[in-house]
Amino acid sequence: MLKSPPDTQIIEAGRSRARIWSDLWRYRELLFFLSWRDILVRYKQTVLGILWSVLRPLLTMLIFTVLFGRLARLPSDNVPYPLLVLAAMVPWQFFAGSISEAGNSLIGNANLIAKVFFPRLVIPMATTLVTLVDAGISFLLLLGLMISYGTLPDWRILFLPFVVLPAYLLALGCGLWFSALNIRYRDFRHLIPFLVQVGLYVSPVGYASTIIPGKWRLIYALNPMVGIIDSFRWILLHGRTQLYMPGLAVSAALIALIFISGLLYFRRVERTFADII
Amino acid sequence: MDDVIRTEHIGKKYVLRHSRRTGPRTLREAFSDRTRSWLRGGGVPAREEFWALQDISISVKVGERLGIIGRNGAGKTTLLKVLSRITEPTAGQALIRGRVASLLEVGTGFHPELTGRENVFLNGAILGMRRHEIRRKFDEIVAFAEVEKFLDTPVKRYSSGMSVRLAFAVAAHLESDILLVDEVLAVGDAQFQKKCMSKMKDVTREGRTILFVSHNMAAVNSLCSQAVMLEGGRIARRGSAEEVVKHYLESGSSAITAQEWSDPEQAPGNDSIRLRKARIFAAAGSEEPFFTTATPLALEIGFANAVPDCALNISVVLWKATGECIFNTGSESWELAPGDYSCTCHIPPHLLNEGNYTVEINFVRDRSRVLFNLEDACSFEIHDMEKRAWFGKRMGAVRPKLDFTLKHASPNEVDE
Repeated sequence: MLKSPPDTQIIEAGRSRARIWSDLWRYRELLFFLSWRDILVRYKQTVLGILWSVLRPLLTMLIFTVLFGRLARLPSDNVPYPLLVLAAMVPWQFFAGSISEAGNSLIGNANLIAKVFFPRLVIPMATTLVTLVDAGISFLLLLGLMISYGTLPDWRILFLPFVVLPAYLLALGCGLWFSALNIRYRDFRHLIPFLVQVGLYVSPVGYASTIIPGKWRLIYALNPMVGIIDSFRWILLHGRTQLYMPGLAVSAALIALIFISGLLYFRRVERTFADII
Repeated sequence: MDDVIRTEHIGKKYVLRHSRRTGPRTLREAFSDRTRSWLRGGGVPAREEFWALQDISISVKVGERLGIIGRNGAGKTTLLKVLSRITEPTAGQALIRGRVASLLEVGTGFHPELTGRENVFLNGAILGMRRHEIRRKFDEIVAFAEVEKFLDTPVKRYSSGMSVRLAFAVAAHLESDILLVDEVLAVGDAQFQKKCMSKMKDVTREGRTILFVSHNMAAVNSLCSQAVMLEGGRIARRGSAEEVVKHYLESGSSAITAQEWSDPEQAPGNDSIRLRKARIFAAAGSEEPFFTTATPLALEIGFANAVPDCALNISVVLWKATGECIFNTGSESWELAPGDYSCTCHIPPHLLNEGNYTVEINFVRDRSRVLFNLEDACSFEIHDMEKRAWFGKRMGAVRPKLDFTLKHASPNEVDE
């Protein structure tokens, strides 16, 4: 066995896995730089630039309001329909953006992975941070819309961190799973857009989750975005939408499961990325 | 203990699946593999283990410049990847003291849409530099790369030379104890290569260590003091750079420098002319079993003439393996009786540039009619072993050593 003085590192099979946290700390600035790169690059050579992250939720919101609010006349829990939709659009687009961007993030950075060492965890983390920034921008849009309807968030806004954190963990957890699986099985490149498309309709984005019959609510909560969207609406819309507590508990447990398992899986397969990418 | 790198029996195994790339690429493949192996009673689908590295034990001292040479697929890059932690070894251990910077490719992580300035920061961060460190070195990097004027231009509008310079500059200014460099100086112009070479030498003077992978023997020879030769993933030779490079050149050529045909029936030729021997060798004075640009060469042609009273001359065409003709030269015409002859043609040193060559031989009658022509009579390779401060190849088909004279030009003399 080789002895190791303090400034020494030992390279052997299985060693990186044990070192993942200290490596991550050492490369924390790279996390920032990769997010910064993605933000800079995204709107280069576009005319509308950053406006795009406002336009997308705005247009989807309009379509859903017309479709579900005006034409289908779904109940809105006494909230103006545009607000109801946009309040769900913000967390939903954060989640959808995160899994599609993070899912492809490792493959998109294949060259980096094959040629440079750094903790691979940085890549999906950076991507989800970028979508978080986007979500921040559409949140400002939501606030603007609320003001135009003459309402402002009340004391419930203090709960916001308790939604943002689980939402981020869920997005990152799914992102870790998908990005790692995508390296091995490129099927996920096709599966993810499909999941995003279906998810938009099985999550309460265009409607209030109260339209789901009571006996199905618990099963409905197996979609963890249900808990996130419901709580987000509750926080911003003065508690006019109801919270279904058993559902929230199920969502929370699922989020924890997805995040922890995603992290463990990612850590396990991380060392093979450079070989199989 | 002043070893900065010590590896003990490092091995790296890849699993190859037949008629497939590594591993199942789709879920369907994964499922069908599982099913098949289950049906066969646990038999795994056809796979083959491949050791890209095996039993690599080396130690590198502080400030040493170690060259790593070997043919394609010998494991050079894999070794650098293991040492820089891009991939994990399957077996063995490596001990590394100090911070490692690896430059496996110039400009990894450069984003074409970002400006030069932005890319310096991004690339620095990717290579493991801290922000304040990059900021401190920024001016130095930019000056080294000579891109001051284009700092705010997107890198996609840079010439390839410019982006290579910028990328190398970032890596070279990384404060690391160990620098792993893979064949990066194959790019860039001569002047910049010279700069990189002296930068790398400076780097080791500061007590830093360099592992340098290259196919360019002249570069290894002039930069490195020690070298390791890998062959099939194992260490084939370790020693002084000069010795290892020579071993590499001796062991490796695929060229057929000599052919001899003892059986006239099998020998190339026809009723008029039959070849006996074609051989290229280093003429007197050179003991090396390989040829350099400074080796005087001789081409020996043994043949049997069957034509009575024939005015015969031999014409030799030298081809570069890449297809260009380097020269075509003819002997004087000889009046030959039937019988066996041996003819030698001398190729002076400092004529041919490095590269692979094939020799074509023509037997010509009466200076007009080709009696027989043999295209691949023999082949040989010329290496560039000239020590110099840059790595580039000298351009041109030939590489003559010419006389240059220089004298002071006083104004009066110019007038005359």
